[in-house]
This record gives sequence, C-alpha cells and structure tokens, in this order.
Amino acid sequence: MSAIQTKVPAGTWSLDPVHSAVGFEVDYLAGTFRGQFRDVQAELGIAGSGARITGSADVASVDVKDENLAAHLQSPDFFDAERFPTLRFVAEDVDLDSESVLVPGEITIKGVTKPVEVTGTLTEPITDAYGNERLGLKLSARVDRTDFGVDWNTPLPTGDPALANDVTIVAELQLVKAA
Amino acid sequence: MTKVLAISGSLRSDSFNSKLLRNAVELFPDDVEIEILDGLKDIPPYDEDDDGDGAPEAVHALRAAFAGADAVFISTPEYNSSVPGQLKNALDWVSRPLATNPLRNKPAVVVGASTGAFGAVWAQAELRKVLAAIGARVVEAEVAVGHAPTRFDEDGTLVDEDLREQLGEVVEALVSAVAERHELARTAA
Repeated sequence: MSAIQTKVPAGTWSLDPVHSAVGFEVDYLAGTFRGQFRDVQAELGIAGSGARITGSADVASVDVKDENLAAHLQSPDFFDAERFPTLRFVAEDVDLDSESVLVPGEITIKGVTKPVEVTGTLTEPITDAYGNERLGLKLSARVDRTDFGVDWNTPLPTGDPALANDVTIVAELQLVKAA
Repeated sequence: MTKVLAISGSLRSDSFNSKLLRNAVELFPDDVEIEILDGLKDIPPYDEDDDGDGAPEAVHALRAAFAGADAVFISTPEYNSSVPGQLKNALDWVSRPLATNPLRNKPAVVVGASTGAFGAVWAQAELRKVLAAIGARVVEAEVAVGHAPTRFDEDGTLVDEDLREQLGEVVEALVSAVAERHELARTAA
C-alpha cells in the first residue's frame, strides 16, 4: 500500500459542496469559455485497497455569466435539462497509489454513457478547524461533446465552427470523512 | 387533450403555406385540438421598450396562444433565402424573456412551400435554428413543397402523394414528441 493511501483512512468521504467546484472549459471564439454547476454531489468510498468515486451535477444549476446563455445551455440545443437533468460520473476502481491519480470511469452526459480517463491529484488528509478529516481531490477529463449528442455550433464568417468539440470537465473537490 | 398551435408564416390570403398548413391539420389524429394562429399581421415590430406588462394586446394574445399549446407546427415561405420577417418578429416577441418563454422544451416542427424548386428549405433550416435558440424541442423532420402552384388542386388539397405521405410522417413525429414529453412529465411527477 502506498504512502498516500495509507494516509487516506477507509470509509466514506462526503463532498463539502461550498468549497468544491465542478465545471467545464471549452474553446469558443478566441478564448476559453468556462461554466460551473452549482448543485453537485460526490462521494469517495475507500475500503481496503480499493476506492470508488461517484459524482453528479444538476444540469439546471448550470452557472454562467448570462442568464440567456444559461437558458440556452439547458435547452435541447445543449444539455436538454428536461429530458436529461443529471450529469453523472462513476469510477469503481480508483488507484490512489500516488499523489497523481488516474481514474478509469464512466461519464453520462445527455443520457449517453461513455468510458472516460480522468487524471488528477489527491492531497493528504488534513484535520480542519472543526476536527474533521478533509482531503482535496482535483480531477479533469477531456471529452468530445459530440459523442454525447451535444452538437450545437455556429459558423464563423470564415466557415470555421465557433465552438470546439473537445471539452475539459474539471472537478475540484473537498471531501470530508464521515464520522 | 393535446393542443397544437399551427402557424402559416405567410400573410397572403391565397398562400401556399397556408394551404400546406390546412392539409397538415387534416392529418392530425382526432384527439388533437388544432388552433390556427390568427393575427400574425397585427404583431408590431419587436421593441424592448414596449415589452413587459405594457406589451401590445396582440403580443399578449400571441404569447397566450404559445403558452396554451403542447406543440407548434409551422409552415414557412422563404423570403430572400430566409425566414419571413413577420414570422421571425412574432417568434422574437414570444422568446422574451428567454429563460421562461413558452416555447422552452416545446416540440416544434417546420415545413415549407415555395414557388421555386426547393420548397423553402433554407428558410426551414433557419427557422429550425431560431426555434432551437429559443429553446424549443425541434423535431427533425421536413417537408419541402417546391413548385407549389403545381402541387395543390383548386380546393387547396395537396395532390402529390409522396408529399402527402411526408406530411403525415411529420405530423406523426410531432404527435410522438408531445406524447414522449407528457410521459416524461408523468413519470417525473
């Protein structure tokens, strides 16, 4: 058992949603556009040498700097919140052997589930001001949004698409060990 | 009872798109109520200054018609390769405010007729883009009635059998989309 994992006690680690963020980054026009989901759920379960991560985000909570854009992102053009209200991630066989984590998992977007390779980092647990054991887990994964039926685009005057297909999903999670 | 709002994008009294719309209306099942939108010509140009509680009466009626429908069926002509202004203008009124507009998630389908060879396909494509941007659930189905003066008899009946069949398929696709949405709402409740 690795140095890190021996320091991550077995049990259930629950999300501290206030100090966590789950979002996406995608190239749009001349830069990178970012959005977040305000309502997210996640849990890390460690038993023996194995670990499991589950997470979800409510599409209706998508948070961008323009309410009209938020409405468009929830529409059938993008995530289709009415039919597919939840984004999901699950990884059953998480290797926490080092500070760098490599997580083969499955992600579900717009009702389509695909395997995804997630990379990230894990902090060593600390004891916070309230006496809770707490750790930080940063994960990111790159997906092709068109694999999930998120196909919207619009052409620039040159004919090139305005919005990239590759999207990076980023989760910066603080997890607290259940008492 | 399912209610469909049927809209002709043409104002002309002898419009081919109004004829196409009437043909489509006859193909809906008996348990679907159809309201043919009247008064498109009465909608003033969109002006945010005029919107809100003081919006024109014609706009209130327009928004109420969309809000009261389970789905929207539009037959559009093509003006200069795009959507006619009066139709786009009406949708612009309906779309505001975007986050709560009555077209959100509502199944919508587009067909079209033109006197030229292509049956308003470019206007149809643009209209689908507009409806999707407003948040509608655009049903991917198309009927393009080209050479429209040759496709209808004196009574306005669509006489081309292939086109009638396509029109029936579009109607069926819209009814299915409504049923699917009702089922989704029922299971979520």
